[in-house]
Amino acid sequence: MDKGKRDFLKITGACALGLSALPLVKATAKEKGPAYINIPKALQGKRWAMVIDVRKCQEQQKRGECNKCAEACHYIHNVPKIPNEEEIKWIWKDTFEHAFPGTAHEFVPDELKEGPFVLLCNHCSKPPCVRVCPTQATFQRADGIVMMDHHRCIGCRYCMAGCPFGARSFNWRDPRPYIEKLNYQYPTRRRGVVEKCTFCAERLGEGLEPACVEACPAKALIFGDLEDPTSEVRKILKEHLTLRRKYELGTHPNVYYLV
Amino acid sequence: MIDRVFRVGEEFKRLLLGLLVLMGLGFICYLFQFTKGLTITGMSRDVSWGLYIAQFTFLVGVAASAVMVVLPYYLHDFKAFGKITILGEFLAIAAVSMCLLFIVVDLGMPHRLFNVLRYPTPHSILFWDMIVLNGYLLLNILIGWNVLDAERMGVAPPKWVKPLIYVSIPWAVSIHTVTAFLYAGLPGRHYWLTAIMAARFLASAFASGPALLILLAMLIKKKTKFDPGEEAIQALSKIVTYALIISVFFVFLELFTAYYSKIPGHTQHFDYVLFGLHGHAKLVPWTWLSNILAVVALFLLINPKTRKQEKTLKIACLATFFSLWIEKGITLVIAGFIPNPFDTITEYMPTIPEVFITIGVWATGFFILSVLYKIAVTIKEEVAS
Repeated sequence: MDKGKRDFLKITGACALGLSALPLVKATAKEKGPAYINIPKALQGKRWAMVIDVRKCQEQQKRGECNKCAEACHYIHNVPKIPNEEEIKWIWKDTFEHAFPGTAHEFVPDELKEGPFVLLCNHCSKPPCVRVCPTQATFQRADGIVMMDHHRCIGCRYCMAGCPFGARSFNWRDPRPYIEKLNYQYPTRRRGVVEKCTFCAERLGEGLEPACVEACPAKALIFGDLEDPTSEVRKILKEHLTLRRKYELGTHPNVYYLV
Repeated sequence: MIDRVFRVGEEFKRLLLGLLVLMGLGFICYLFQFTKGLTITGMSRDVSWGLYIAQFTFLVGVAASAVMVVLPYYLHDFKAFGKITILGEFLAIAAVSMCLLFIVVDLGMPHRLFNVLRYPTPHSILFWDMIVLNGYLLLNILIGWNVLDAERMGVAPPKWVKPLIYVSIPWAVSIHTVTAFLYAGLPGRHYWLTAIMAARFLASAFASGPALLILLAMLIKKKTKFDPGEEAIQALSKIVTYALIISVFFVFLELFTAYYSKIPGHTQHFDYVLFGLHGHAKLVPWTWLSNILAVVALFLLINPKTRKQEKTLKIACLATFFSLWIEKGITLVIAGFIPNPFDTITEYMPTIPEVFITIGVWATGFFILSVLYKIAVTIKEEVAS
């Protein structure tokens, strides 16, 4: 190869490298995006949390199988019904030993053993999913809510490995054909992204409580701001002994169980 | 230098053709996955990483092992490795290429891959892994190509290559350390949450990589006029021996901590791979095959007589490579998800398209490797004659 050809190739290579850096320049040199609109009736909080009164839920179950929280949530958020191993769930019921592995012993009262324990994203104060996400597609808001940006998620599923609570679901297939009744007020997801409970951030913005809290006929789900000393959740935590799932891992879960 | 590839014999053409067929099959299966989604794999909500990420993990080790020929040659002036450093560096290029491909085929949204660059996130280990892997690929391309080119011209390599070579040594260690950190920092995944993970990764890498390099050197010696040299192969075999001993020792350390403390979070994953858990035992045959192969390899490697004989050394290297491939390319990643965070068990079995995609990526790596080795060997032959 003579010198001229080689130099040509070198310059071409350098140009290609420069061009490929263009998106980086665009991304960093961008102007500030649009600001948020503050709706006056929006619920404001600094550390949103939920208390789940397992006894109230149990009593309700005695009056007949109740799954209203999950039904409301999954309808409002267009969560598809995909059976078995590709299941997508934001909120669901499980037993004591699954919710608190290693805590249940053989003599636990039968009632407690069955629960049901309502499980959902814990919106941890120190969320490992946010720490591991390589694109900040999952991030923590100022009010503590751990959110998902479904337009940014690359589907690497590192957050699923990072979450110790099994709160995250991946869209292994196109979820849209599995949505029973479409809610046009909320977006659907496409395949290839991870999703989970968002503490109904969109409803809080409109001054509404999370859908599961509103739907629970037993008022077993209590939602509030832990930084607010007058909130009901603070009152309950002060007066009763509550459990948190896998607190020893230091993720500081914000869902408390009253048993 | 690339023109050397086109001056090839029938046998080499058949090899490339065979690899191309496998790549084509893999690509067709990937198109299937691209249209249907990752649902066509055996992965699930509970076992959310499978064969792809496991291969990636194993191959980072193979890539890192190039340092085992580069370091003795450049830092200790061990002349016997002079002839084969290029083989190590080109193996690293092929291995890192496979790693990157395995990441891409595992993504749910592959076309959003560059979001990792658009939104750089230093608190994510995956971000750092992207940096060190691509950096290592670039280093090895620059170093390998320039050193070989200089050899062809009969001159010393350009001066700026030397510092890059020195940088590439700790860089090789970094790629496998960072890859171990992907796993070793996750709360609630006790199988991976162990401080020795990076050390274990490096030990097994320095056994499996050089073992593959010995096999490749033997093949080159047989098929071409280039002889990598008996001294180099023997020195490599000692590296494999020590690295495998250390790797097995590290696994025993893990087993002690798990089974003496008897903490369920630590024992149950080992129970799952070694004996089966609550009647679920899909990985048990693999684990024991890996264990047996490791014992065979150790027996043949520690005994100087069998280590020095080409035939038995070949068996030892094959056993080492496959034993560690099973350990890191199958069991380590998958068993981390079993049992799941609810203490229940969902098992994993790759599907046929998933296996073909995996084979396709391996074939792509070996295609790159064949082409690069062809160039390197032809130049070596030219220089020698």
